[in-house]
Amino acid sequence: MPLLHALQEEFGYIDDLMVPAIASALNISRADVHGVVTFYHDFRRQPAGRHRVQLCRAEACQARGAAAIERLASERLDLRMGETSADGRVTLDAVYCLGLCATGPNAMIDDVPVSRLDPTTLDRLLGDLR
Amino acid sequence: MTRVYVSKDMAAIALGADAVAQALSDAGAQVVRTGSRGLFRLEPLVEVETPEGRVGFGPVAAADAALVLDGSHPARLGDVSAMSFFARQQRFTFAHCGVIDPLSLDDYEAHGGWRGLTAARALPPQAAIDAVKASGLRGRGGAGFPTGIKWQTVHDASAPLKYVVCNADEGDSGTFADRLLMEGDPFCLIEGMAIAGHAVGAERGYIYIRSEYPFAIRTMREAIARAAAIVAPFMLEVRVGAGAYVCGEETALLDSIEGKRGEVRAKPPLPAIAGLFGRPTVINNVLSLAAVPFILSEGADAYAAIGFGRSRGTVPVQLAGNVRNGGLFEVGFGMTLGELVMDIGGGTDSGRPVKAVQVGGPLGAYFPPSMFDLPFDYEAFAAAGGLIGHAGITVFDDSVDMAHMARFAMEFCAHESCGKCTPCRIGSTRGVELIDRLITGERRGADAVERLPQMRNVAGGARPAEQEIELLRDLCDTMKFGSLCALGGLTPYPVLSALDHFPQDFGAGAPISSAAAE
Ligand SMILES: Cc1cc2nc3c(=O)[nH]c(=O)nc-3n(C[C@H](O)[C@H](O)[C@H](O)COP(=O)(O)O)c2cc1C
Ligand code: SF4
Repeated sequence: MPLLHALQEEFGYIDDLMVPAIASALNISRADVHGVVTFYHDFRRQPAGRHRVQLCRAEACQARGAAAIERLASERLDLRMGETSADGRVTLDAVYCLGLCATGPNAMIDDVPVSRLDPTTLDRLLGDLR
Repeated sequence: MTRVYVSKDMAAIALGADAVAQALSDAGAQVVRTGSRGLFRLEPLVEVETPEGRVGFGPVAAADAALVLDGSHPARLGDVSAMSFFARQQRFTFAHCGVIDPLSLDDYEAHGGWRGLTAARALPPQAAIDAVKASGLRGRGGAGFPTGIKWQTVHDASAPLKYVVCNADEGDSGTFADRLLMEGDPFCLIEGMAIAGHAVGAERGYIYIRSEYPFAIRTMREAIARAAAIVAPFMLEVRVGAGAYVCGEETALLDSIEGKRGEVRAKPPLPAIAGLFGRPTVINNVLSLAAVPFILSEGADAYAAIGFGRSRGTVPVQLAGNVRNGGLFEVGFGMTLGELVMDIGGGTDSGRPVKAVQVGGPLGAYFPPSMFDLPFDYEAFAAAGGLIGHAGITVFDDSVDMAHMARFAMEFCAHESCGKCTPCRIGSTRGVELIDRLITGERRGADAVERLPQMRNVAGGARPAEQEIELLRDLCDTMKFGSLCALGGLTPYPVLSALDHFPQDFGAGAPISSAAAE
């Protein structure tokens, strides 16, 4: 796992073409590597967008209006959850809890956490992504 | 130069604390970054050191720096620890959180740090275990298993290598105490783990932190490096999760550290006998381990003196969701749910009536306000069809639709299932479909098998709502008893409690009010 994290950090995703090399480096089978890569939600097999917008969808954020924020973000970016825009600018992802549960709706935009999202802030933040 | 304290906790940063700290330092103040005190309504909180002690201001915006420094800012709070939200707490585990610079060894020592470890090392391992047993400490990760007994098992197992693993996967929505502690007082966790290592005879430890907590990962890694010489020969390492809720389950977590898919193992063998890499392993939640330094330094009796029934000591309650005073409230067991939500929490943030609270994360039950006299205690909650779990309380106002929340519980289970057992893997998806039909009032048609000529005595497809609900209960029953771990086994809790306490939301053809939208 530390190896996979490092590769994803470096390349942004784990290409299927890398799997045989990982397997031989760790002396395990390709199937084992494939199994691990596909099990964890964090590892992606396709490149992500230049920016990553993660919206929290867990209960505590739902209690504070996350569903409306999710709809709005989806509309503005013209993406569904889990999709990357065609121009490779941004990926929209769901996350189940960022641990900021008293001040939702929450998001993580690239590496910056944001709390108390409202439509105005969301529009401003999404507009800033180039 | 004026010294000011600003939190660098992830929650404070999400509310703008970095800009505030920058503005204060530009204005000539000496800024010390701390963890969070744990009342998020006040963040970004600034505390200014004065001859009379620290004076708090919050929330503060970056543009307010000058007003804070000359003391004229309108959001002046005075002594933060004297505010009723803090004065009513009993902070054993979180005593230093928000007060000290989390990465300063000097600060930690000046506030009584390492006294627990010193005391433990002066004792034979068995005596340290006896102290933990006598304190009555039970696992804070969910199951509430007595920590001392777990340690005893590992102690008694003979093996050349043993491990201490800290479960910092904190996947439950509505919980953040593990994160708060790791960011605000990481040495406390390190000390607790080193004590565990001494007690059971382990020299290596791992802290498994979820990837959603980048700040905690950074802080823990730095703290481990700084404390290495103090806890030696005990050695620690951070391992990072990869977005799988089920890896919070202890055996899945061990598989994940070993680099495998995080699939739940069948027990026995217990991890205490054959855990990480097949060796005897103590696996405990962050809060269980972080409670230990206090027990060793202040004595087991001091810890056990407070509490309720068989739940001894303090519990770090996390108030979350639609609640006015959201944050961390550490207190002895036994306060009622209503006191916590209404008195301490101040009711909903939206100002509307409370409709339901979910206790214990996505696998915890929903309770209506009519059950607010329930005392916070493992046994009392179990008797009421719920669980305390990691002690998170998520508050919902009257705009929530409980059928929608029940559906979410099933959907979450389907999303996170490790796939090992059928009731959980398939049952959760069928559960989503069932609840969807209840919500939309749609009736299912006969399926291919039911249309076969042989199936003469099958009623066909369409079932009235009562039968669908009965089927849902049946499905929950199967999941509860047929699942290997608590993900499949406890998902019925939120579903059934929603069904039991809020039947009106499941009425046939009830319109789905867009849950939780404003
Ligand atoms: C699906 C699932 C998720 C869990 N998530 C966590 C978690 O995030 N953190 C945690 O400490 N325990 C979690 N647990 C409980 C652990 O399996 C285990 O009981 C705990 O780590 C034991 O530590 P304790 O005795 O200190 O509570 C989870 C259990 C299940 C079934
Ligand atoms: S109940 Fe679900 S998560 Fe748990 S072992 Fe079975 S399939 Fe895996």
